[in-house]
Amino acid sequence: MATETVIQGTVTRGGQPEGGAYVRLLDSTGEFTAEVVTSATGAFRFFARPGSWTVRALASGDAVAETTVEADQGAVTEAAIAL
Amino acid sequence: MPRNNVLVDAEWVEQHLDDPKVVLVEVDEDTAAYDKNHIRGAVRIDWKKDLQDPVRRDFVDQAQFEKLLSEKGIGNDDTVVLYGGNNNWFASYAYWYFKLYGHQDVKLLDGGRKKWELDSRELVEDQPERAQTSYKAAVPNNDIRAFRDEVVASIGVKNLVDVRSPDEFSGKLLAPAHLPQEQSQRAGHVPTAKNIPWSKAANDDGTFRSDDELRQLYGDEGVDFGKDTIAYCRIGERSAHTWFVLHEILDQPNVKNYDGSWTEYGSLVGVPIEKDV
Repeated sequence: MATETVIQGTVTRGGQPEGGAYVRLLDSTGEFTAEVVTSATGAFRFFARPGSWTVRALASGDAVAETTVEADQGAVTEAAIAL
Repeated sequence: MPRNNVLVDAEWVEQHLDDPKVVLVEVDEDTAAYDKNHIRGAVRIDWKKDLQDPVRRDFVDQAQFEKLLSEKGIGNDDTVVLYGGNNNWFASYAYWYFKLYGHQDVKLLDGGRKKWELDSRELVEDQPERAQTSYKAAVPNNDIRAFRDEVVASIGVKNLVDVRSPDEFSGKLLAPAHLPQEQSQRAGHVPTAKNIPWSKAANDDGTFRSDDELRQLYGDEGVDFGKDTIAYCRIGERSAHTWFVLHEILDQPNVKNYDGSWTEYGSLVGVPIEKDV
C-alpha cells in the first residue's frame, strides 16, 4: 500500500543488542497493532500507517521499555529502545 | 471450570515433560522457530504445510489428518498440549483444528512460547523420536467452523466478531502491520461486525486474561451472550484465538471460527462491506 510507512530499530540492554525481545507496536490509543521478536542483533521492523506510535519491548527478567515515534509517509522511522 | 480443562501453565508442562501420554506440539507461523529450539520432547506441526491442502484452499481431509498425526506419533488417547509463537495464534488455530477432527484431550500452554522464553525456561535443539501410531480422526465437526454463506446470512443476526487490528477493520490496512500487505481484493469489514482485537483477550506476556475480565470485555464491546457468534480475522488464526476464549474458556455454545476470514470475504463478488476510511 502506498500509504504505508516503516518503523524499525534496535533493542539494547546495557548497550548490547538484545535478541529475542518481544516488541509491540501500539497505536495512539494504546491499542495493540503488531508484535515481532528481535533478531540476534536486536533488530525489529514494522509496516504501519503514518502517525504517532508507541513501540514497547518486553524481555526476560520482566524488563520493559518503550518509546514513541512519529512515522512519516515515505520515510523509514528509527526507534531505539534501551531496556 | 472450563479454563482448567483447556489451559495448562508452564509448571504443569515441566512436570509432564517425561510423561509418554502427554505430547507437546509446537505450531508457529515462522516454522523455523522450532528448528532453532523448542520445549524438550515437542514435535512440530507446520500450520501451512501440514494443515492446509497443497492444491485447494481448504484443510487437509480426515485421511490426511490421520496420516499426519500417526507420523507425528500422536495417539487418540494422548493429551496434546499445543504452544507456539505470536501469542499462541497458530497454536489456537491448531487447537481448533484438533477439536474439529475430534481429538478428545487437547490443551493450550498459557502464554505459549513467549511466556516460556520470557521465563527463561529450558529450550532444546534435539528432536524427539516418537513411534508411529494409527490415529483415527472423526468426521469434521462443522459446528465450530463457519463458511462464507453463513457469514453473509449472519449480518445483523448473529454476533460477528472481527478480531483484527483497528486499522485492518477500518480498511486502512489489509494485513497486520508486521506482515506484507497482500491478499484480499477489498479492505474493510463485514457489516455489523464488532471490532474486538484478539489482543484484548491476552496479557502482554501472552497469557489469557481472567474469566471475569474476558466476560466483561466481550459484553462491553457488544457481544450478546444469548446469540450465536462467528469470529473472523484475515486467515483464521487470530480468530481461532478468540474462538478459544469464547468457546473453550468462557464455555459459550455455538461459537464458530470463519477460517476463510477476510482473505475470502474481502474477495467475494457482490457481498456488502463497510469501510471507515
